[in-house]
Amino acid sequence: MKIQTKSDLEKMREKGLKSLYPGTTKISVGMATCGLSTGAGKVYEALQKEIEKAKVPMRLEKTGCIGFCQREPVVDILEPGKPRVFYQGVVPERCSELVQKWLENKVVEDLLFCKMEKEDRILEGTVKDYSIRTIPSGIDGTPSYHQVPFYSKQLKIALRNCGFINPDHLEEYIARGGYFALYKALFEMKPEEIIEGVKRSGLRGRGGAGFATGNKWESCRRAKGDRKFILCNADEGDPGAYMDRSILEGDPHSVIEGMIIGAYAIGAHEGFIYVRNEYPLAIQKLKIAILQAEEAGLLGDNILGSGFSLKINLFRGGGAFVCGESTALMASIEGKVGEPRAKHIHTTESGLWDKPSNLNNVETWNNVPMIISRGADWYSKIGTAGSKGTKVFSIVGKVKNTGLIEVPMGMTLREIVYDIGGGIPDGKKFKAVQTGGPSGGCIPESLIDLTVDFDRLTEAGSMMGSGGMIVMDESTCMVDVAKYFMNFLKSESCGKCTSCREGTKRMHEILTEITEGRGTTDHIELLKELGWVTAEASLCQLGGTAPNPVLSTIRYFREEYQEHILNKRCPAKVCRALLQYRILSDVCTRCGRCAKVCSVKAITGKKKTKKEAGEPFQIDTEKCIKCGMCFETCKFEAVEVQ
Amino acid sequence: MIPFSIDGQPVEGKEGRNILEVALDAGIEIPHLCYHESVKPYGACRLCLVEVTRRGRSRMTTSCTYPVIEGIEVLTRTEKVLRARRMIIELILAMCPGDKLIQDMAREMGVHEVRFKKEDKDCILCGLCGRVCDEVVGANAIQFAFRGDRREMIPPFQGEAMSCIACGACVIVCPVDVIRMKEEGDERTIIRWKRTLKMKQCKICGNYFAPWFQLEKFKEQVKLPKDFFDVCYTCRT
Repeated sequence: MKIQTKSDLEKMREKGLKSLYPGTTKISVGMATCGLSTGAGKVYEALQKEIEKAKVPMRLEKTGCIGFCQREPVVDILEPGKPRVFYQGVVPERCSELVQKWLENKVVEDLLFCKMEKEDRILEGTVKDYSIRTIPSGIDGTPSYHQVPFYSKQLKIALRNCGFINPDHLEEYIARGGYFALYKALFEMKPEEIIEGVKRSGLRGRGGAGFATGNKWESCRRAKGDRKFILCNADEGDPGAYMDRSILEGDPHSVIEGMIIGAYAIGAHEGFIYVRNEYPLAIQKLKIAILQAEEAGLLGDNILGSGFSLKINLFRGGGAFVCGESTALMASIEGKVGEPRAKHIHTTESGLWDKPSNLNNVETWNNVPMIISRGADWYSKIGTAGSKGTKVFSIVGKVKNTGLIEVPMGMTLREIVYDIGGGIPDGKKFKAVQTGGPSGGCIPESLIDLTVDFDRLTEAGSMMGSGGMIVMDESTCMVDVAKYFMNFLKSESCGKCTSCREGTKRMHEILTEITEGRGTTDHIELLKELGWVTAEASLCQLGGTAPNPVLSTIRYFREEYQEHILNKRCPAKVCRALLQYRILSDVCTRCGRCAKVCSVKAITGKKKTKKEAGEPFQIDTEKCIKCGMCFETCKFEAVEVQ
Repeated sequence: MIPFSIDGQPVEGKEGRNILEVALDAGIEIPHLCYHESVKPYGACRLCLVEVTRRGRSRMTTSCTYPVIEGIEVLTRTEKVLRARRMIIELILAMCPGDKLIQDMAREMGVHEVRFKKEDKDCILCGLCGRVCDEVVGANAIQFAFRGDRREMIPPFQGEAMSCIACGACVIVCPVDVIRMKEEGDERTIIRWKRTLKMKQCKICGNYFAPWFQLEKFKEQVKLPKDFFDVCYTCRT
């Protein structure tokens, strides 16, 4: 159906509401990449069979990621008059029980994660109350969605629809307020008003640098040229970061709507979404969404009958980290090698094929409909003085709750790590949190009350980046961490600038020396000098931020570097070359298990038998390859690591 | 002409030119390796760093990629610039310790020892050969391959450069002189690109003077008469 008028949009919304709340029981399975990788596909199939067997009308739906990736597969059940329930860690074997109990008005208590009485529809600013009449038995002790620490502190703007709609159903997106912002922008606002609104909202680019989005749009609108481009950066490449992927997989229309509004404001009629080829599901969802939007008249020629036209193309990146840099990304679309070039003339004036081009990140585009719908004043009330709105983070590493979270700017790291993340598992001590991807920095415990926004993170020697957040505990060696990121960067630098290519390579080389016990006292200063040159002399921001992991760990964990260099010790017991394994003869029970698992036969001794007392086992340090198998195997803690 | 200043000295440059070109014309020395007047500025070696102040804001940038803008103040020898150049030349020297030119440049900048493990590469990855081959010759026989520390200038798939016309432009432009050419009888070989081509004989002196492929390519590109290359350059003049 072509949408031409507001009443067409309203009709589509009605259709979508029927699909979202069908009047019968609806079971949704989180089928984003995180869900699928933990077996959501099999869960879906199992549920399908169970529903057929049950012979009661029920609907099975696929949805995106609701954020709690660690507890996938997540299944939620919505039935009119009942609270919505969320199950976690569902396996196919339990699906029959899940359906059967639900029909008996019961829940499977050990899989239950939380319940929901009302649903926020933040784009419209409404709340959908489930008007509960019946409460399934066994649900009382379960916390409400809005009380679970993981969710209660979050504010979902960018992730507003993820986990709540089927990304393949355009009408469900519209039912939650989607494309109404586009209608408002096209028919009730002038392009200048939109830009003014985005400027007033205080939205800053979510891709890393935090450039004011409104200003970028304005300079692109003012740039001379009849042909302009609008671009979306979905070349998310930071290790451990997957914010953009989840948005594209769970709510692709939000990005497309944002891009259409932006294109109208700037005066662009052609656009590209540059998405990395390693995101097959995101590409699939985007393809479907673009096609649907075109069929519905929301994209393509004469959008909504307004006379404005926009064509959006999908471009798949070849997997170079550096192609996330704006000029490298544009070179890649042009069919050239993905290498950055000097930007003395901004890409908003001369970008893709030397035409004015406006590039924003997935999350930035996704925020645009919110600003148009709810207004710049509403949006700018969220966040801190310099950073408005919310930010999505993928919180991973040594933290109890890993997953995708969205918090208002200005939340402290402590709240993120301890309240939302649930703290450090296994009773270990918090050590640092690495923000901003490979070129971000490590923030130590002394700064855990730091408020998270663009400027505070930069001051602390790290950066917001695209929103990766890696939590580290005491068993993490900071020199090793710096080495890990430097290894990534030396391989992912495009290699054009001497300072970046050789700088990252040499920093990695020195860090390797240090972790292997060959560090010298000059190394720290040499690293700092190399870091300075890499950052100051390189062309693009890959080089400009590449030394951050090294410089921030030296700044906050210098004593750990010194331990490695002076005493040849790795306090976190990570750097293998610096470790020494020893068997405590008074603790050794002479069971001989360690000698059995030692692959290089470095452990000798005499096993205790009924007749003989045996002899304590010993490790020949010359032969030992420090694999740690003896340490893992010994049940009596007789193997000591130094 | 656009007026600005370099090291306090007033200079002028045509629109579209860059700081390095204007500086060199004015006799102001800025070290550089990847710049050549016949190709577009690239900004890879990072040696031509200068400090540029524009509208009160100062930043360090490569002079070869910075366009001349009215009123900018350029400083070519600040402490910051010299400090960065010293490290960069040390990094290049560590990569190619045998290159004579690099050794000399390092010495001039006050770098006497290398604090990194020495490698035995010869190419400094300035990319001039590839850019000349693309922008001037139009043969596109060689290009950079791989990323990061694996970057290399090679013919496609590391084999013979099949579209190389053995013109030798890369040989001439290489700042560290590591692309070698040899001529034996009627054959010319560009050793680095594993390319050997038959040469044409001059109708007058009988010398083999240039590869057939090169002459055909040049004739086609500049639309020269069919018999233009029947005689060699020396006999024609």
